[in-house]
Amino acid sequence: MASETLIEVNDLNFSYPARAILNGINMTMRRGQVIAVMGGSGSGKTTLLRLISGAIQPTSGYVKFAGEVVHELDRDALFKLRRKMGMLFQFGALFTDLSVFDNVAFQMREHTNLPESMIRDLVLMKLHAVGLRGGHQLMPNELSGGMARRVALARSIALDPMLIMYDEPFTGLDPISLSVIGNLIRRLTDSLGMTSIVVTHDVHESLKIVDYVYFIADGVIAAEGTPKEVRESIAPFVHQFIHGEEDGPVPFHYPAQAYRKDLNLEDIVA
Amino acid sequence: MLKQIISGIQNIGHRAIESVWRLGVASRFFILVLLKSGTSLRRFDLVIRELYFTGVLSLIIIVVSGLFVGMVLGLQGYETLQKYGSESAVGTLVALSLVRELGPVVAALLFASRAGSAITAEIGLMKATEQLAAMGMMAVDPIARVVAPRFWAGVISMPFLAAMFSVMGVFGGYLVTVLFIGVDEGSYWSQMQSAVDFRFDILNGFIKSCFFGVAVTAIAVFEGYDAPPTAEGVSGATTRTVVTSSLVILGLDFILTAFMFRGVS
Repeated sequence: MASETLIEVNDLNFSYPARAILNGINMTMRRGQVIAVMGGSGSGKTTLLRLISGAIQPTSGYVKFAGEVVHELDRDALFKLRRKMGMLFQFGALFTDLSVFDNVAFQMREHTNLPESMIRDLVLMKLHAVGLRGGHQLMPNELSGGMARRVALARSIALDPMLIMYDEPFTGLDPISLSVIGNLIRRLTDSLGMTSIVVTHDVHESLKIVDYVYFIADGVIAAEGTPKEVRESIAPFVHQFIHGEEDGPVPFHYPAQAYRKDLNLEDIVA
Repeated sequence: MLKQIISGIQNIGHRAIESVWRLGVASRFFILVLLKSGTSLRRFDLVIRELYFTGVLSLIIIVVSGLFVGMVLGLQGYETLQKYGSESAVGTLVALSLVRELGPVVAALLFASRAGSAITAEIGLMKATEQLAAMGMMAVDPIARVVAPRFWAGVISMPFLAAMFSVMGVFGGYLVTVLFIGVDEGSYWSQMQSAVDFRFDILNGFIKSCFFGVAVTAIAVFEGYDAPPTAEGVSGATTRTVVTSSLVILGLDFILTAFMFRGVS
């Protein structure tokens, strides 16, 4: 069971008319795995999540989720598929007009005919899993950033999905909230037997919890491997990324003409 | 020089194309909202919740404004009519002005700035904070769940608010002319009763307010849904809602009046 493939990304290309974003991406994700997708800002990580969820169509190649090719589904089938997916947005994206309880109950009320008493029990169980059962009556504006993300996490596991995608889950959190979220991702993945894809550039936190890492740079997979392999990697890009070096394969300077020429110093001999 | 003229003309062309294109997008969005209204009708509690925010919370501004507009109409009408010795017709003047024009139009203008702007800001902010995207990811269509209930709530509340405005206006006129100035109470009401026709005046006013309700709420939900997901984008969209709906209300009012009252009386 644990080795069953849930997501297969095959030679995936995506480009806007003027610019290629992703170029020949291949990935395999199994059930029970936590997978990190890392890369600099604007490297196409979020685009990859949008392709997996079917929000956008690939230029070529395909994403297969639980045996179904995502971009070939019609709207109803896609919505049906999305009930098996959860997504945690960068800042939680809780519905600000609903309480914590109603946020977690949202999908159950929209998609199931469960009686209200059962919904109540389920919601409290989901909130208990993220440690916020006691805060079920709070409104989103009363929550801290870390708490909001935990509620959003409870909301995304409301219907026991097979996959949860996390878009930058660690951004802007204090060290305690950071490891709380990190550990929750790992624990929920294990206990619910689902798959987690974590898009992040937080190297240290994510390497602690993931099973496999993909590095995306300039739209291609620059490197991949288990956390151990990645830490020991001598590939220049991975080394630069993991150690946060200023200059390397990803240059510090935006491409420009010669510095001396820009300052009109060409004619002057030093 | 020639270059400047050419680029000026190009600019005008670009803007024209852009506006037409945007109008097309808005129309498609409007049709989409209508097609996806099934959820709102099946789960009417969603609409009722929005009715409270758009309708009930707009009541206070509508009631107070209606009262004052009626009082001013009574005062001004009395001043003019008494010169011709026909101050007893002031009730007719107040009622006809309100029911035919001011009720629907001013109520719609107030509705656009009170409820329309709120709808745009709310939907725009929901988009900016990824709430709409999150809803889509949960396999819930944001147009059916968020946009359509707000649209229908606005369409339903508008005629009631316009009627409320007219009623308060007539009462305001009564306060000023009958109670303060001393116009005969009997003639204020009886002249009004005989001059205001249900079919021509009240029904036409009602139809007008229905048109305004559709126009204002359609503009408000579209601007909100279409807003760039930034603070600046949402504020711009809110302003556009108020400006566009005000212009549309006044333009529509002229067209509707031309159709309804041409050659009457």
